[in-house]
Amino acid sequence: MSAVNLIAVFAENQLGQMARITKVLADAGINIRWVTIATNETLGVIKFLVDKCDLAYQSLHQKGWTVSLVEVLAIEVEDRPGGLHAIADCLARNKINVENSSGFVSHNRAVLLIEVQDVAKARQILAKQNLRFLSQEEILKL
Amino acid sequence: MFWDQKIETIECAALEALQLKRLQATARRVASNVPFYQQKFAELGVKPGQIKSLADVRRLPFTISADLRETYPTGLLAVPKDDTLRLHTSSGTTGKPKALFFSAKDVDNAAELIARCLVMTGVTKRDVLQNMMTYGLFTGALVMHYGAEKVGCLVIPAGPGNSEKQVLLMQDFRTTVIHVTPSYALYLADFLEKKGVDPRRDLALRKAFVGAEPYTEETRRKIEQALGIDVYNSYGLSEMNGPGIAFECEHKCGMHLWEDNFLLEIVDPKTGEPLPDGQTGELVLTTLCREAMPLLRYRTRDITSIIPGPCPCGRTHRRLHRITGRADDMLIVRGVNIYPQQIERVLMSLPAVGRNYQIVLEGLDEMTINVELAEAGFDGHVEHLTRLQSEIADRLRAEILTKPKVHLVPPGTLPVSEGKAKRVIDNRSL
Repeated sequence: MSAVNLIAVFAENQLGQMARITKVLADAGINIRWVTIATNETLGVIKFLVDKCDLAYQSLHQKGWTVSLVEVLAIEVEDRPGGLHAIADCLARNKINVENSSGFVSHNRAVLLIEVQDVAKARQILAKQNLRFLSQEEILKL
Repeated sequence: MFWDQKIETIECAALEALQLKRLQATARRVASNVPFYQQKFAELGVKPGQIKSLADVRRLPFTISADLRETYPTGLLAVPKDDTLRLHTSSGTTGKPKALFFSAKDVDNAAELIARCLVMTGVTKRDVLQNMMTYGLFTGALVMHYGAEKVGCLVIPAGPGNSEKQVLLMQDFRTTVIHVTPSYALYLADFLEKKGVDPRRDLALRKAFVGAEPYTEETRRKIEQALGIDVYNSYGLSEMNGPGIAFECEHKCGMHLWEDNFLLEIVDPKTGEPLPDGQTGELVLTTLCREAMPLLRYRTRDITSIIPGPCPCGRTHRRLHRITGRADDMLIVRGVNIYPQQIERVLMSLPAVGRNYQIVLEGLDEMTINVELAEAGFDGHVEHLTRLQSEIADRLRAEILTKPKVHLVPPGTLPVSEGKAKRVIDNRSL
């Protein structure tokens, strides 16, 4: 099972930072499939799911941005009441803290992205619940 | 290795006898040739003949930085102007600079002291020394240049900045030693990393003499690690020749101050009262061999202490502790005395912290520390950055007793310096 990687960019919490970053990606011909921003008072981390991960990393790094890859689990969630709860409950019972999560629905398929300290352990536990993980290729094809 | 073993390992009693003879001669010369000192002697009611022991140096007047500005340009000359050979000035950010004259013997003597400094860390004529200090009115580069030539090194007068050229010279001429400020050394390490030049693989660098700005032990380790070299701490000031006043030997345990050339005192920076060996205070120096412009009891404003006891290298000249700050650099924030070096020490001890930082004071005593993250310190998680920010703030509070705001910023975003670093920005409306 190949992991899903997001590109994380460290940016100061300032006007125009997002525009400067997305320009680099646009100029390199990179398509952004999904984005999330986490901030504190002074700084922010912007995470992208992109079609060309390595190229995005190189382009941003070359332009002087501080970048990192973040490995996440992409889980297909049943698009029904209680679908997300089943996953959250399972993680809680196994004492796995979710550091960040976000989700989207595309073509009637719901996908949850979660960041945890120990990706392998979380995958192992969730796999027992008959949950389906999406690979990088699959998630880009949605 | 010694450049001049006899004088470098001279017995203490013989050294003191030599110092007294030279102090008496210096006092006599300024009393007869320099009107500024004639007047000072008269005000204190002291005569050169009263200097019977080294302790009598306390009878002599202090010289302060402002005295050099007020007597500018030639008021402190002890020889006719025709007998001077070189002029340097000390950077005056406001108003007049300080004019510093050297006779032919002074120029040679300054080079001689540098030769001792270089040889005691193992430098030989086979070394190639790239001098990255500013050539010109500043003493830093030229004094080192003459000293390194005396040892027989190939000297590359690169000057500071122009990092592309620096790297080219280092590669093509197999530079083994650099003379550099700590802020430029850190900048250069970053620059090499960005260029993909691995100093251990691609360069022949072995040593750096780092000085002209105070820096911490943690910064030394950071430079040593980044460049794969030995860093030797050097101390000097333009008023006393420039570099070469006190340098570290191969043991890196304090800087030997050449006591046959300078009489050393540590005094309380507020009262001017002498402090015993081992106590921290302001370094005060009297020139013992200077011809053109002797200075009595010059208040350096540098805060340090004497390291008691002998050094394993066998040199008898006493060692100074790393300069912990300048009396003039001290910040008072919310009533607490803070030296920027205290902040640097905390920051440089954290591996996730990068190589550049800035202290900003605003409003009514609000202190913010902008800190660059190390390239490897980013893992994509905002929570980890937030945690690091509060860890830095807590550690700083333990050191400086006041909790600053800490802003982590991406590597390479703070203004960089290719000369002397401007670390403190004081915009307070007090």
